[in-house]
Amino acid sequence: MAQDTSPAANANNPKLVLSGVYKSFGNNHVLRGVDISINKGKSLVVIGGSGTGKSVMIKCVLGLLSPDKGSIRVDGEETTQLSGKERDALMRKFGMLFQGGALFDSLTIWENVAFGLVQGKAMDRRQAKEIAIEKLRSVGLPERVANLFPAELSGGMQKRVGLARAVATNPEIIFFDEPTTGLDPIMADVINDLIIEASKKLGATTLSITHDMASARKIADDIAMIYKGEIIWQGKAADIDHSGNEYVEQFIRGSAEGPIRMEV
Amino acid sequence: MSVIDDKEQQAQGAFSPVGAFLDLLEKTGGAIMVFLSAVGRLATFAGRGIYHCFTPPFYPRLLLRQLIDIGYYSLPVVGMTTLFTGMVLALQSYTGFSRFSAEGAVATVVVLSMTRELAPVLAGLMVAGRIGASIAAELGTMRVTEQIDALTTLSTNPYKYLVAPRILAGTIMLPLLVLIGDVIGVFGGYLVGVYKLGFGPQNYLHKTWEYLTSEDVVSGLWKAAAFGFIVTLLGCYHGYNSKRGAQGVGAATTNAVVSASIIILICNYLLTQLFFAGK
Repeated sequence: MAQDTSPAANANNPKLVLSGVYKSFGNNHVLRGVDISINKGKSLVVIGGSGTGKSVMIKCVLGLLSPDKGSIRVDGEETTQLSGKERDALMRKFGMLFQGGALFDSLTIWENVAFGLVQGKAMDRRQAKEIAIEKLRSVGLPERVANLFPAELSGGMQKRVGLARAVATNPEIIFFDEPTTGLDPIMADVINDLIIEASKKLGATTLSITHDMASARKIADDIAMIYKGEIIWQGKAADIDHSGNEYVEQFIRGSAEGPIRMEV
Repeated sequence: MSVIDDKEQQAQGAFSPVGAFLDLLEKTGGAIMVFLSAVGRLATFAGRGIYHCFTPPFYPRLLLRQLIDIGYYSLPVVGMTTLFTGMVLALQSYTGFSRFSAEGAVATVVVLSMTRELAPVLAGLMVAGRIGASIAAELGTMRVTEQIDALTTLSTNPYKYLVAPRILAGTIMLPLLVLIGDVIGVFGGYLVGVYKLGFGPQNYLHKTWEYLTSEDVVSGLWKAAAFGFIVTLLGCYHGYNSKRGAQGVGAATTNAVVSASIIILICNYLLTQLFFAGK
């Protein structure tokens, strides 16, 4: 399954493209023409403050929300009008790590990890359990946690289980929603390493949203900044410190002084 | 004081009957629109829920779990409710009928009241409190913790996985609960009739059977199926559409129980009229 992820091969091979995506809730215009393109096998991190539209953008791609206007293409195929079985088939290409883990309380850890295999791919439960335990090992969790319930694990362990679940079906595209929020710096770095390892191993295309700059620098090939529902800057992760964009500079400085004014 | 007086005068000066009437019409229209859109959303939700009950993939394991949760675990609550209702019904009707020497009708009143009205309605209300609240709280928590979104990202339709098994289980199990409730309620009346009011056991049972028709029991079971559907549908609807946070889940739970209880009572009247009007 080796993939040619060289820049030459990927230059005109976007895996996921959002063009002019708008989404409003009443008078609250959350997305105002978002344009993003991610090449196959690349990792894009979208940074931005709270309430700038990061989560809504991801939910539009996943079909959890319908954009008011614009185009979302996966492998060149328009997805905004998909529903039912076509949507389910598309979702098999995706994996998602939710901010709070979003583990199913009523299921054991292995059932959570194997959920996409058993329900989405109709795999035999015994075989799915073996894969789930293997995925748990790959995120540094021992086999004994497999039969526990999510409430019995710490926040960091839950995040790892969420990561194992996101990669269990070997998805082509993985979304990470605030993967390090609520974790201590060391655990956050462990999660960053696991994200890089899991993504590279699968050759997956990843889109992460975060306001943790340490995490963004570590896992990104490219970084984009979203502000008031628009992408105001996009470039290589290495260029983030000399972006020449005063909004980006203020954000990475974490300063209250600058063009971005917080409503308090 | 003078400023306030001025404002009042201005306000009074601006008053016009036509404006007030239009304002009233606008508010009434707004309220009707809100009501109709809520009914529309509920109807769409119900339609989707029913559609997914009958289209694959099916989740028999989840359905079995809901059948046990809604049916088996509600048995003590429904049993206690119908037992004491049957008992009190025998006592009350004896007191009333003895005033015109019609004590012999106690057994008939107990069995007809239980099968046609009290067992289905009381079981429906008790299950609304127990199951409707629990479904709304569970789905509401799943909504606010993004577990419902997670289902979609794992190629699983939340209507099929969460809503359909609950609606099916409620519609199947409530008639069974009510059938058992009928028997327990009649037994409650029997206990009071025989051991407290002095009826002969055989005479009481004979009177119980004498005027009972299959229609009395079957109409109660149809009602129960409708109430089971209403309770589980509203639990799912309010939980699924729960707003953010603990307050949102709390409100969803309350709304599920209150709306289900009211609709059960309204629906009970309509079904009774449908089954027995003109008979």
